[in-house]
Amino acid sequence: MKAGKMKVQTEAQLAEAIRDAQGPVQVQGGGTRPVGDAVGHMLEVGISGVTLYEPAALTLVVGAGTTLTEVETVLAAEGQRLPFEPGRWGAVLGRDGESTIGGVVAANVSGPRRVQAGACRDSLIGVRFVDGTGAVVKNGGRVMKNVTGYDLAKLMAGSWGTLGVMSELSFKLLPGAPAQATVCVDLPAGAAQVALAAALGSPFDVSGAGWLPGPGAIVRVEGLADSVAYRAGRLRDVLTPYGAVTVETDFEASAALWAELRDLTPFVGKPGDLWRFSVAPSQAPELLARLGGEVLLDWGGGLIWALLPEGTRARAIAAPYKGHATCLRGPGPAFEPQPAPLAALEAGLRKRFDPRGILNPGRMG
Amino acid sequence: MPTPSAQILARKPEIVAKLRAALPSDAVIDDPAETRAYECDALSAYRCQPLAVVLPRTTAEVAAALKVLHAEGVKVVPRGAGTSLAGGSMPTEDAVILGLARMNRVLEVDYQNRFIRVEAGRTNLSVTGAIEGDGWFYAPDPSSQLACAISGNVAMNSGGAHCLKYGVTTNNLLGVTLVTMAGDVLEIGGPYLDAGGLDLLGVICGSEGQLGVVTEATLKILPKPEGARPVLIGFDANEVAGECVADIIRAGVLPVAIEFMDRPCIRATEDFAHAGYPDCEALLIVEVEGSPAEIDEQLGLIRQIAARHDPVEFREAKDAAEAGRIWLGRKSAFGAMGQINDYMCLDGTIPVSSLPEVLRRIGDLSRDFGLDVANVFHAGDGNMHPLILYNANTPGDLERCEALGAEILKLCVEVGGCLTGEHGVGIEKRDLMSVQFEAQDLEAQMRVKDVFDPHWLLNPAKVFPLAASAERRGA
Repeated sequence: MKAGKMKVQTEAQLAEAIRDAQGPVQVQGGGTRPVGDAVGHMLEVGISGVTLYEPAALTLVVGAGTTLTEVETVLAAEGQRLPFEPGRWGAVLGRDGESTIGGVVAANVSGPRRVQAGACRDSLIGVRFVDGTGAVVKNGGRVMKNVTGYDLAKLMAGSWGTLGVMSELSFKLLPGAPAQATVCVDLPAGAAQVALAAALGSPFDVSGAGWLPGPGAIVRVEGLADSVAYRAGRLRDVLTPYGAVTVETDFEASAALWAELRDLTPFVGKPGDLWRFSVAPSQAPELLARLGGEVLLDWGGGLIWALLPEGTRARAIAAPYKGHATCLRGPGPAFEPQPAPLAALEAGLRKRFDPRGILNPGRMG
Repeated sequence: MPTPSAQILARKPEIVAKLRAALPSDAVIDDPAETRAYECDALSAYRCQPLAVVLPRTTAEVAAALKVLHAEGVKVVPRGAGTSLAGGSMPTEDAVILGLARMNRVLEVDYQNRFIRVEAGRTNLSVTGAIEGDGWFYAPDPSSQLACAISGNVAMNSGGAHCLKYGVTTNNLLGVTLVTMAGDVLEIGGPYLDAGGLDLLGVICGSEGQLGVVTEATLKILPKPEGARPVLIGFDANEVAGECVADIIRAGVLPVAIEFMDRPCIRATEDFAHAGYPDCEALLIVEVEGSPAEIDEQLGLIRQIAARHDPVEFREAKDAAEAGRIWLGRKSAFGAMGQINDYMCLDGTIPVSSLPEVLRRIGDLSRDFGLDVANVFHAGDGNMHPLILYNANTPGDLERCEALGAEILKLCVEVGGCLTGEHGVGIEKRDLMSVQFEAQDLEAQMRVKDVFDPHWLLNPAKVFPLAASAERRGA
């Protein structure tokens, strides 16, 4: 590969570029998620466009370099959406590129609806990728129930381009909801988790449970209009014991709250280290107390976003708790060091999928 | 199956003695009269006596057994409840069965964090059984759920009737305790979401017991919905029923289940279970959840959509008894088929849009092969279950049935689907894998096994075509 930056438009070009690579390659989609350290020539995946969209089968097949905006626009035209509601990190990380769907999968980015509809990796039903030798591999397919062979699609999701470079992705979709409402409880972050757990433990099919500065604890329901009104009312009863409750029934106003949480809007333009913790939700209050700083909560408290003073040794603070921490901005390492036996398995997988060690070396491990 | 290792067979007494030394005395079985119970799973056309059977009670005992077998170079076939329809736990003569039936305890229930941790030999239904009194359930519900074990569910990534809304096992699995072939005990995932590194849990689930032995599982649990209600919709053509499914999904209603039965299946179940189904070409059972008013709202929409397709019947359940009758025929379908004849149950998945075409071509194939095929399946997600009827006592019938089955599965792949939606590959579909995958696709999967089980001792002659895995298995 030539020095500098290279953009590929087809899977064949991608395979050739990797086969011919003489050294490390930094794989990039829209460049909006610069997490971890990577070295080498920039390889931009520009394989773009919808290969297949069958609304009646809730199925989308799309080039990995297609922008998230294009994917969402195509789906919205049919009243459908990606179940996992991925956020955009460009603004908070000071990047002006356009997030691509391949980047979303590489980082396994899942937003508030993860508590109801699963993670990005749960909606990913098929993948085509080029491994570190330049071989094209397909796994999964375009049907939502498929146990034929090992599930490498899961392995690719969240592998940050370190096992292979994705060229095409298939997703299971969800119908959009004509109505939504958000129940807000006036609570500090440290007191939110028990209220969110009560909501998530109710039968009212909650599709988001988080905390934002301002509205406080927020709980979302989506669906048909009468059903949303009914469930929002019942959740008001469930949540009243925890604090002063208000209900936002306006679709746009409710959606705006979740976009703020999803895209980390309250942190945009603010200095500090940016951390993400995935923990058992009930551990959130104690961890929050120890972290300090500014926070946002998602996934019922199981996902903590924290903006901390520069140089905070956040991983050490979180060490007593089950889960993992990722540093999006700040002193490395970006990814949670794995226990030795798991690290050995990961190293073994990388060695076999990328024997030359050229794909995003140093980014993850 | 591959030829068993004469050297291992000759060393049986020594291997059994070493297992006995490492485990409690009642944990090792080698008397052929007792090991016979393990000669097959639910794919009972194929049988083979294992070398021995190990039934540990703890993760430590599993690790101890695997250390011995690893050191001795003995193959291991993990087994949950032995309900695999794909031969996933079918033994070979030179392999030891590692059965988890004695590991069935609930270890932890946590409603704050919405999980249950169980030993993996516990049956699927008894997971929900442990929490339903408190208003919770575990969502994946394979039809064998009364008997099948969580370990097998994890190995095969089992589904069920309600995955359209709730997903399959992999979408409801938070963590596992995995014992590697070398006897190392690994904790992967836990009561928090997503992986800190690579998603190892995602590739372990569905790896058919070839990467390690799952001894404990942390499972996501959900609060039970306020209620559920089915409707039955009859049509005079399969195509029209297929279009109705597509329209329901497009309309933005997401039922928890959409089940489909064709005329041969309707007739057989009606004769057997007398559920009062209409005599029609195709029927759908659509179930929605929520409060009574929410159910009314969703069913009102479904009724409008169905009306556009001129159904011969639209039956709403007014009470629990009527709901039970609507489900009765569907739930009796396999039993009804078993009354008529022996049958083979296929499991291919197709894009929902190909449903009419695939049903028509299955009909053509059925006539060509001279064997009846009844269709009953999860229509919302395209997971077909064609039942091929044959007579095991008629020479050549099983072979003809298998040949027809292979043609139907090839058809599923041809229209953009896959060989298996929820049963797994096992030995049954192993040699069809090349229909769906190119050599490099299989190579990528086998590399994962190389990492977890370098000597290919765990469930070795499954999943991959024997020719493709021969070198790795040392065959």
